[in-house]
Amino acid sequence: MSAVADVRPEIEVVERPKTGLLLRMLQFSIRNPLGAAGALVIVIMFVMALLADFIAPYDPVANAFDRLHQPPSAENWFGTDQFGRDVFSRIVYGARTALLVGFVSSVVGATIGLVLGVASAYFGGRVDLIFQRVLDIFMAFPLIIMALAVIAIFGTGAQNVIIAITIPFIPRCARVVRSAALSIRELPYIDAARANGFSHSRIILRHMVPNVMAPFLIMITAFVGQAILLEASLSYLGLGVQEPTPAWGLMLQGGAEEYAESAPWIAIFPGIAISLAVFGFSLFGDAVRDELDPKLRSQ
Amino acid sequence: MYQYIVKRLLLMIPTLLGAALLVFVLMRLIPGDVCVLRMVGGAGYVDPKAIEQCRIDLGLNRTYVIQFLDFIWGFIRFDLGNSMWTGRPIVEEISLRFELSLQIALMATLTAILLAIPLGTISAVKQNTWIDYAVRGFSIAGIAMPSFWLGILIILGLLITTKGLFGSPWMPPIKYVPLWVDPLYNLSMTIFPALATGYRYSAVATRMTRSALLEVLREDYVRTARAKGLIQKLIIRRHALKNALLPVVTIIGIEFAFLMGGLVVTEQVFNLNGLGKLFVASVTNHDYAMTQALVMLVVAIFVFTNFVVDIIYAWLDPRIRYR
Repeated sequence: MSAVADVRPEIEVVERPKTGLLLRMLQFSIRNPLGAAGALVIVIMFVMALLADFIAPYDPVANAFDRLHQPPSAENWFGTDQFGRDVFSRIVYGARTALLVGFVSSVVGATIGLVLGVASAYFGGRVDLIFQRVLDIFMAFPLIIMALAVIAIFGTGAQNVIIAITIPFIPRCARVVRSAALSIRELPYIDAARANGFSHSRIILRHMVPNVMAPFLIMITAFVGQAILLEASLSYLGLGVQEPTPAWGLMLQGGAEEYAESAPWIAIFPGIAISLAVFGFSLFGDAVRDELDPKLRSQ
Repeated sequence: MYQYIVKRLLLMIPTLLGAALLVFVLMRLIPGDVCVLRMVGGAGYVDPKAIEQCRIDLGLNRTYVIQFLDFIWGFIRFDLGNSMWTGRPIVEEISLRFELSLQIALMATLTAILLAIPLGTISAVKQNTWIDYAVRGFSIAGIAMPSFWLGILIILGLLITTKGLFGSPWMPPIKYVPLWVDPLYNLSMTIFPALATGYRYSAVATRMTRSALLEVLREDYVRTARAKGLIQKLIIRRHALKNALLPVVTIIGIEFAFLMGGLVVTEQVFNLNGLGKLFVASVTNHDYAMTQALVMLVVAIFVFTNFVVDIIYAWLDPRIRYR
């Protein structure tokens, strides 16, 4: 046996050219300017969320009844709302809510979907069939209605909004991952793992999951924008984050319509913030898809 | 083909049953109940006996299994029962609002088709030019912009322009009048919510048109058409677009079923008394019967749209039938 091992050809180890992170980021932005623009928006959001205490000029929840409905000025860049709160400060702090809800719900939702989708493909047969029917049910259930029901059960507030948004993401990710995993199941190395007597969970987690990472990451980036949009919609309906927490959708709920004519800035700036954030995540998500899935690159 | 249709029809049953079970369980998990809400309202003491009587009247004292079977049996007979909140027949409550919501949904779909197909086509044909970038920017903006914010902006724009033009601000009316009774009044009410909902809808369809067309344009038969000297317009119209539209039609169909969700928010902005608003009200009022009926309506529309799409696919592509 050892003689066989000895005749193995020498494998030449080619070192990957060392490129700095900065250089790679530059290459990415030349290849994909729109994606880079999206990434820039995301970075700005993160900076706003992390350094909100330093960036925001005012306390986002402090009422100032002597300064109601002030138009944008040097003191209040985006004006003040119906409680005299500084709109700019509330937008800066609102980035925290948006990112928290966006990331937690999409990562948790996609991860549960990943495990379920791969397991369904791996076991196949009746398990897969039943699982697919369950997915059908959840997919047919309108997203916002599911969210409404979850909020009605658990009550409003940030954690419950996250739960409400996470649940509908699970089947959507599971479906995509399942179809990717179906082709992997047929590959020889899975058979080899099975022949080695590895447990189901080990084969699923160690051998299959790493190979469906591309669709998984694509789903996550696509979900974050949607989650931010959904959170804004729920908060706008009064079913999401509650006052006085600074959140963009919530800012549009209170005074935005009532004072649309006399104080339009209350309605305009939070909407721009939501749109820009979702725009950024969509552009970045498209770029990630192009990078990870070469089949789609040319489109 | 016949066998395939029957198989697909039978597959709809578990989905509908599952959705029924899901909404049944979800509604009963919500703390509180419709009788307490209806009688106590804001505050005050109510005789527990009266609440008990109300529960008996509504059939809420029965076991969950019986309640569920009753709900399914009613659904099979298309007998949706009465609203637990208003006491009026659900069919009546829904049909009151159905016309308005359906009209807005159809107008939004029309907006989407009219925007998406030309824009998606031009974007694909002029791939990687400034036109393409502009169209893609426009469509991503449609996905990014919350439809309720677009609604607020439209109202704001209307207020400002009408005030500037006529001196007094004008708002779209909120009382529904059918299209054939007073077309102008009806359209002035429905066109703005339809635009606000349709823009997002069109964005999804534009992206789909673009990528489907790009794929088709690389096909051999398009190259053949080019080689035989056919002009670009005819290649697009006669050869490429026809084949590219299949996924576009699918996405338009599926999104139509999801318009309900979009309407929940849009109707709130424009203060319209449609199905979306009824939905929010019935969940918050714990009106089990009404919520169940509405969810089943939406799920049935969704399942049926999927069914039709699958049949069209199978009809167009025989390989699907035999899978």
